[in-house]
Amino acid sequence: MEKRVTFKGWLLPVALIAPQALISLIFFFYPAAQAVWQSLFIPDPFGLSSQFVGLGNFEFLLKDPYYRSSFVTTAIFSTLVTLAAMIPALFLAVVADRLIKGAGAYRTMLIWPYAVAPAVAGVLWLFMFNPRVGVVAWYLGQLGYDWNHVLNDGEAMGLVVAASAWGRISYNFLFFFAGLQAIPKSLIEAAAIDGARFWKRFFTIVLPLLSPTTFFLLVVNVVYAFFETFGVIHTITSGGPQQATTILVYKVFSDGFVGQDLGSSSAQSVILLVVVGLLTIIQFKFVEKKVHY
Amino acid sequence: MATVDLKDIKKSFGKVDVIHGVDMEIADGEFIVIVGPSGCGKSTLLRMVAGLETITSGELLIGGKRANDTEPMDRDIAMVFQNYALYPHMTVADNMAYGLKIAGMPKDQIKAKVQEAAKLLQLDHLLDRKPRELSGGQRQRVAMGRAIVREPSVFLFDEPLSNLDAKLRVQMRLEIKDLQAKLGITSLYVTHDQVEAMTMADRMIVMNGGVAEQIGTPLDVYERPQTIFAAQFIGSPSMNLMDGRIDGGQLKVNDVSLGPVDTREGDVTVGLRPEHVFADSAGVLRLNVHQSEPLGANTLLHGTLEGKAFTASLPGVHRMPGNDRDMSLNFASENLHLFDPKTGKRI
Ligand SMILES: Nc1ncnc2c1ncn2[C@@H]1O[C@H](COP(=O)(O)OP(=O)(O)OP(=O)(O)O)[C@@H](O)[C@H]1O
Ligand SMILES: [Mg+2]
Repeated sequence: MEKRVTFKGWLLPVALIAPQALISLIFFFYPAAQAVWQSLFIPDPFGLSSQFVGLGNFEFLLKDPYYRSSFVTTAIFSTLVTLAAMIPALFLAVVADRLIKGAGAYRTMLIWPYAVAPAVAGVLWLFMFNPRVGVVAWYLGQLGYDWNHVLNDGEAMGLVVAASAWGRISYNFLFFFAGLQAIPKSLIEAAAIDGARFWKRFFTIVLPLLSPTTFFLLVVNVVYAFFETFGVIHTITSGGPQQATTILVYKVFSDGFVGQDLGSSSAQSVILLVVVGLLTIIQFKFVEKKVHY
Repeated sequence: MATVDLKDIKKSFGKVDVIHGVDMEIADGEFIVIVGPSGCGKSTLLRMVAGLETITSGELLIGGKRANDTEPMDRDIAMVFQNYALYPHMTVADNMAYGLKIAGMPKDQIKAKVQEAAKLLQLDHLLDRKPRELSGGQRQRVAMGRAIVREPSVFLFDEPLSNLDAKLRVQMRLEIKDLQAKLGITSLYVTHDQVEAMTMADRMIVMNGGVAEQIGTPLDVYERPQTIFAAQFIGSPSMNLMDGRIDGGQLKVNDVSLGPVDTREGDVTVGLRPEHVFADSAGVLRLNVHQSEPLGANTLLHGTLEGKAFTASLPGVHRMPGNDRDMSLNFASENLHLFDPKTGKRI
């Protein structure tokens, strides 16, 4: 049953919506509009005046090899983060779901990493993998592996992916776990009687029935990898070495605030906005089709 | 096709004993109904045969081989669940084909099998639908179909009809029985409905509180119930009970003598089915009628007899008896059942 509340006047509803609307206006629409506006200008080196260049900033960006490679980096990074955050979470959820006793305790413990802020998580991982004093780096050295993410592209990427994905595993675990618990036990039993062993059941029954959850998490995690990993990257690699971990969002920051190229930075923000819009549309259009049952 | 032997099967969940030892040998092709009130352990017993619950102690033999530790998929059984447990993301055809695909049967054979089963169950036109697009009765049929395409050696049913309306239930009951007779597959069928038990069973297990009160053919249980529980559970309306006494070879209820019996002296519980009394002005039983329920073919008269509730079922239409509402009833002595009031067992 749908419950509807009807208001007599218009004052109360407006008052109720106002705070949220105001916040959106000030912190979202206003900066977004400014970004669009500024993307059409090039400020002079001292920031005293700016010159209208139309789509010049965009033209320049699309030809810029650094910007293009940042696209590739972002694609690799977000794919890896999404996979690294979802697959272990699913695995843990499946294991916890099989437990009869103590599932609650595991669940609670597995939630903890989610409470750690991305920047703090970044620092944590940074300490562990610090080439000189890090515990893990030291052990790797003992094993004969010379870890140095400050110089090595691949290691740098691996580290930011791990640090970004780590805290998200908790979040994803919670959703997967709830999703698994919602699958009627009799379905699993029916499949077992039909002859399906654990993995067969997992791929033919559990995973398809979990697909709404998986789809939701896919969207959420990609968005996370795009926008919320800034703190991790900033603390661990600052986009380096040689831009190997400069994802689009980080480039907006480094070009705008470090490089002081506000025009280009704004244009990048606008492009990012469009990319996210497209991504969301694609995901909903194509993935969702396979989700329904 | 297989025999199923239960040897002193017991089940405990932690400290709670749920099944207290069931012994039964089921012949190949037999239709066994497990009947009893809610919570008596019917599903648990069935699920142990399916391999979905571990057996705490005792032995389960399927086809003569010990199956206690065999995985469900290796027991060659099929089960119809109370909620049908159809795979919601698969079509009707895929639901039925699932087990065959896993068994690695070639595609064209699967198709033929599914077609055949669908025809048998009148599902041909629904093969491309998803379970959510089906009615309850149709879902029930799909669940049946999924079970029969695999041609298992044992069928297990857990209250498969309890979600259907009364009319459909009667129809499906006949269809299931028919199908089982046609296929000749050993079946265990759980229900709490004694009419289903009576009409479908070759033999039935009457369960109560984790104990098999009686195992026998429906007529056996009806005509010679071994315990008070079985006597009251099977038959509708249920058997009347009276507190009686055997004194010098005479069976008495209060001061009314019900005739001579040759068993042990002392207190007994006397059972008499409502349909086994008849109106007779010379009868010894005096029923004080409180209410009558005309059912058309017969009439139920509810009242008290020697201070205890008593129901009589008389053929045809009966009006409430005259002023004092008293009515004389008689019975044939072979229809009396005597139980030991302490143990509840038949004397
Ligand atoms: N997993 C379990 N853990 C503990 N107790 C259980 C469990 N499953 C069942 N029981 C208990 O075992 C008893 C028998 O349950 P069961 O499901 O076999 O009853 P049933 O005869 O099938 O009843 P119904 O007609 O309501 O389906 C019940 O008292 C129930 O509470
Ligand atoms: Mg049950």
